[in-house]
Amino acid sequence: MEKIATRTAYGNALKDLGNKYNFYVMDADLSSSTQTAVFGKSFPERFANCGIAEGNMASVAAGIASTGVPVFISSFAMFATGRAFEQIRNSIAYPKLNVKVCASHAGVSVGEDGATHQCVEDISLMRSIPGMTVIVPADATEAYAAVEAIMNYNGPVYLRLARLATPVLFEKDNYKFEFGKAVALKEGKDTTIFATGMMVSESLEAAKILEKHGIDASVINIHTIKPIDREAVVKHSDGKKRIFTVEEHSIIGGLGDAVSEVIVSESPRFITKIGINDVFGESGKALEVLEKHGLCAEKIAERIIAELKG
Amino acid sequence: MTNKKLSELKKISLNAKLLALEGIYNAQSGHPGGSLSATDVLTYLYFEKMNINPADPDMKKRDRFVLSKGHACPALYSVLALRGFFDTAELKDLRKLGSMLQGHPSMHEIPGIDMSTGSLGQGFSAACGIALREKREKLGFRTYAMIGDGESQEGQIWEASMFASHYKLSKLTLFVDFNKLQIDGEIKKVMNPGKFEDKFAAFGWHVQTINGHSFKEIEKAVENAEKSNQPSVIICKTVKGKGVSFMENNAGWHGKAPKAEEYEKAVAELKTQLDALS
Repeated sequence: MEKIATRTAYGNALKDLGNKYNFYVMDADLSSSTQTAVFGKSFPERFANCGIAEGNMASVAAGIASTGVPVFISSFAMFATGRAFEQIRNSIAYPKLNVKVCASHAGVSVGEDGATHQCVEDISLMRSIPGMTVIVPADATEAYAAVEAIMNYNGPVYLRLARLATPVLFEKDNYKFEFGKAVALKEGKDTTIFATGMMVSESLEAAKILEKHGIDASVINIHTIKPIDREAVVKHSDGKKRIFTVEEHSIIGGLGDAVSEVIVSESPRFITKIGINDVFGESGKALEVLEKHGLCAEKIAERIIAELKG
Repeated sequence: MTNKKLSELKKISLNAKLLALEGIYNAQSGHPGGSLSATDVLTYLYFEKMNINPADPDMKKRDRFVLSKGHACPALYSVLALRGFFDTAELKDLRKLGSMLQGHPSMHEIPGIDMSTGSLGQGFSAACGIALREKREKLGFRTYAMIGDGESQEGQIWEASMFASHYKLSKLTLFVDFNKLQIDGEIKKVMNPGKFEDKFAAFGWHVQTINGHSFKEIEKAVENAEKSNQPSVIICKTVKGKGVSFMENNAGWHGKAPKAEEYEKAVAELKTQLDALS
């Protein structure tokens, strides 16, 4: 299966949309990593490198957006949402400005750089800001489509992207990104896995393993974590004793909690949150680190089998 | 500047101060000290300098102003109301539940506010963003911003200074309200920023220092700034609490509302200054 990183799709989308829309792109000295350099080379008059100053970048973007154009700002998820959290809250979100925070290198799949660069709190941080939309594409096709979708949405958005090349799940020609809509990729009668980002492909693989063990699982792609598709969460939980969430993020405040919030109030049942268990990441090859934290198809399947038995 | 114009501006500024204090007094909350030190510059900008239209506050080609020291908004609100952006009656509800006049400026609720500010350091960066867009697309306006002297302790101020200089934002003019006091006391005792002139010059800015209560000096400096190829900073030596004797140069009045007796005394002093002008 072809593998492309969501950050690569992001860079390509910005470049391809450059002639269709008037928008600005900014980076904080990581444009070759976040892929905004691809846009910068083609449209230097609408690109601005801010240097290593993420807080300033977020507020400058707010200023540009206040004059009536969308602005895409990029850095690593750690610095975009961590360092610049308060600027995103006060300069961008409170005035409802049209700034898209598009951060790459989210999660432990950053790999070798280790814990300081592996942000596992970004979904939680961004989700807690009033009026913020949070999108985590499952593959390159979805990331590419999401860029144009958020371009056409007037307001602050957090788009979470990854460094690691991961399987392309969807065909570019037929794919339509529907803002705020969960996508059922597989339907099964025994349990449901709600997954986001690169854990969608791992969950699909996990479902295949589960089948061999006689467990028929649904796999639901939650690309929009906020606002979450409440109807879909309830619908796909219906009739299931226990459901699962899988994300490359802390189990605190991310997809697991977003789904739990719906389940607790609208469709009570058991839920297991699979993710980073309130610890920091560490250096290693991306796939090794993911496996250590139980975020690969085999480990996800093992965990689901164990939980359903118990 | 003619003497007639000078007298007019002085009157407007005093009236703005009266309205600002009334709002703070009614709310029993707000920041009088830094509002009074900033009022003269705001009055000059909105009544003499900026290309704005109160009937069309979102006019695309308008000059922009960002009050990065957002806590001084009672002064800005009063100047905007006197300039006709909204009814001065609104000022009575400053900081009250349901009022559009939030404790720190909110751009969506309040006509004439170009950027939401309040968290120190951020408004100046936003002004740089506005000026960058103007420069890139030649939109045809100038951008003004004001920071507090204490606000310069935020690292973001120097990130923005670097940014403005790097991108040669020559149509950006920054005012530093150098009133020498912050909440915890004298700025040089709390955290001495050193010489603003040297700092901004080192960052590549065109630098001027003036008496921030002299309309003639403000006018001259603003005109000089327009000739610069670099962003320009005007360091305004001001008096915190300017115009109210017991508030002047007193850090205690940074964020405290006057009690009835104090308010009456303040109003009487400002009215005496107004009477002296007519």
